[in-house]
Amino acid sequence: MTHQHPALTAEQKKELSDIALRIVAPGKGILAADESVGSMAKRLNQIGVENTEENRRLYRQVLFSADSRVKKCIGGVIFFHETMYQKADDGTPFVQMIKDKGIVVGIKVRGVSDGFGGAESAWGCLDGLSERCAQYKKDGADFAKWRCVLKISDNTPSALAIMENANVLARYASICQQNGIVPIVEPEILPDGDHDLKRCQYVTEKVLAAVYKALSDHHVYLEGTLLKPNMVTPGHSCPTKYSPAENAMATVTALRRTVPPAVPGVTFLSGGQSEEEASINLNAINTCPLVRPWALTFSYGRALQASALSAWRGQRDNATAATEEFVKRAEVNGLAALGKYEGSGDDSGAAGQSLYVANHAY
Amino acid sequence: MTHQFPALSPEQKKALSDIAQRIVAAGKGILAADESVGTMGNRLQRINVENTEENRRVFREILFSSDASINQNIGGVILFHETLYQKDSSGKPFPALIKEKGIVVGIKLDKGTSPLAGTNGETTIDGLDGLAERCAQYKKDGVDFGKWRAVLKITSTTPSQLAIQENANTLARYASICQQNGLVPIVEPEVLPDGDHDLQRCQYVTEKVLAAVYKALNDHHVYLEGTLLKPNMVTAGHACPKKYTPQDVAVATVTTLLRTVPAAVPGICFLSGGQSEEEASLNLNAMNQSPLPKPWKLTFSYGRALQASALAAWVGKSENKKAAQEAFRKRAQINSLACRGQYVVSGKTDAAATQSLFTASYTY
Repeated sequence: MTHQHPALTAEQKKELSDIALRIVAPGKGILAADESVGSMAKRLNQIGVENTEENRRLYRQVLFSADSRVKKCIGGVIFFHETMYQKADDGTPFVQMIKDKGIVVGIKVRGVSDGFGGAESAWGCLDGLSERCAQYKKDGADFAKWRCVLKISDNTPSALAIMENANVLARYASICQQNGIVPIVEPEILPDGDHDLKRCQYVTEKVLAAVYKALSDHHVYLEGTLLKPNMVTPGHSCPTKYSPAENAMATVTALRRTVPPAVPGVTFLSGGQSEEEASINLNAINTCPLVRPWALTFSYGRALQASALSAWRGQRDNATAATEEFVKRAEVNGLAALGKYEGSGDDSGAAGQSLYVANHAY
Repeated sequence: MTHQFPALSPEQKKALSDIAQRIVAAGKGILAADESVGTMGNRLQRINVENTEENRRVFREILFSSDASINQNIGGVILFHETLYQKDSSGKPFPALIKEKGIVVGIKLDKGTSPLAGTNGETTIDGLDGLAERCAQYKKDGVDFGKWRAVLKITSTTPSQLAIQENANTLARYASICQQNGLVPIVEPEVLPDGDHDLQRCQYVTEKVLAAVYKALNDHHVYLEGTLLKPNMVTAGHACPKKYTPQDVAVATVTTLLRTVPAAVPGICFLSGGQSEEEASLNLNAMNQSPLPKPWKLTFSYGRALQASALAAWVGKSENKKAAQEAFRKRAQINSLACRGQYVVSGKTDAAATQSLFTASYTY
């Protein structure tokens, strides 16, 4: 405890820190295009498209063909393993296409979760992680993502689940950094349930405090990491409605109490929010009057791709229109990351109405 | 772990947050005038003054009867128990004298160290028994914040996991109890400057200690916006052969804080820990000039580093009162500038200001 055995050299630290800062540069966020084969099945099913490797390739091509407008608003793309090794129609590797736009390539490293002892999910895939990271780094990845899942119910998350998930995230982060990869740490607390905003905030604070203690214990270099948390929101079946400003205040308060300022960026997951909701909420977070020492931006999957998917419907003829839908959402979220998005006008009427509660009530 | 049982109402939170904000308002810091009887003995002995209750009262009166404009530089004063119940020569209680200048009154709440058996001379801190009742009484008597000093030291085998855990836990218990009684807790986990370790070692240890402190505060449901932190600056040990500049100290210190102290904490008030008056001001200034982000106030909570010159000017003689007050006012003003990174050193420095105030293994 008392002597340091430095985990990283000064050069390694600088490299990691530079990568992290590039991903969350002002106005930029992450496209989470790392849906597993199973997750892609659900997405493609919804638009009547067969879940083949070729269709998955064609779909990612739609996203990655976006023009230079995305350079300003996308700092990183998270890939699924299969996608790392796919190519565009003209033979250009996807990894190359992304890097040529000055965007950082990332990789999802956690696979299927194994349950242990019942209801709560736990870790898997630390075995061989170091070798996989080294290979991904050679193949063009500079950051990784590992998602842990916790849920709120009457007696969860338990102390064990919190501690165990925090520990595995810290091990993962440490291994990534040893291989020149910036770890995105994702401790998702699911929005399932009827709990209110306060409950989500309380649980989020406890989870994040445990995560950062574990990262400290594991000697992880915080300046070379990113956090991908849930926003603080009520559960999906909560009868009480809250405004974006209230959700934002709860979210920023929770982060201020737990996330050290050394962390360069917080890239929120969208977790089932609609595209517009996710943008409005991110914007509210960036206009919250509290001091926010990290970048607050997006790492969206569905909330960046829903419109693109519906426009595409598996038809090559629709590819350009679909790409355009994606670029539009990317630009909107880029504005939201700067607190400059004014809403589409459709639902910002009632939803945007401020029900401001002073911050000491949180 | 899953359900919240709110420790504080929104009104209680607001009251605590407001007090904390007042103490660390822009350009303001804390005068730590809470030397115990024994420690005051050390101070007075250096200027050949007898350690009597009256002499202690007289010296504190010199400080507290400074012109009201001192409130531009001093946001809070920490008192020792005895001092809280003393009065000035006109019969005005010291808390009233301080409060009428708009300065917040604080009290030392810990009862000193106690050994941790099985460690290499490490300690924990006493004072939790009856703490709630004491806090309630102090609140009635005009106090709005408390201070509790935990002590850790760096050697080849310390601080141990136990010492870090135990001191973090005790600090969190103290903080929780304070808040229940309307007092803002100043959390002070001092890593002593004794030893020959270098700057990196102090930084590493301080990061581990602060990470443990904030985890404990979270576990104990402490409202961070209603607390203040009083840490050591990150410096090399006193016997370290390598010398570092104020900029080195500033970068190491601010980096440590960025990695461990949540932005919700309104202010960080450094202890001076044996640094000379001038050193303490230069280091604080360098931190506030540093280009690193600083989401909390970085200010001072100085004892020796605010009072050394005043003591030297007073030397126990009533005719020196004005000179002593002037010396104190000067240091307060300099530290206020240092809080804003605006302290520009003039050519001359006086002997008392640069004299090292280091006492080995410092205990109150």
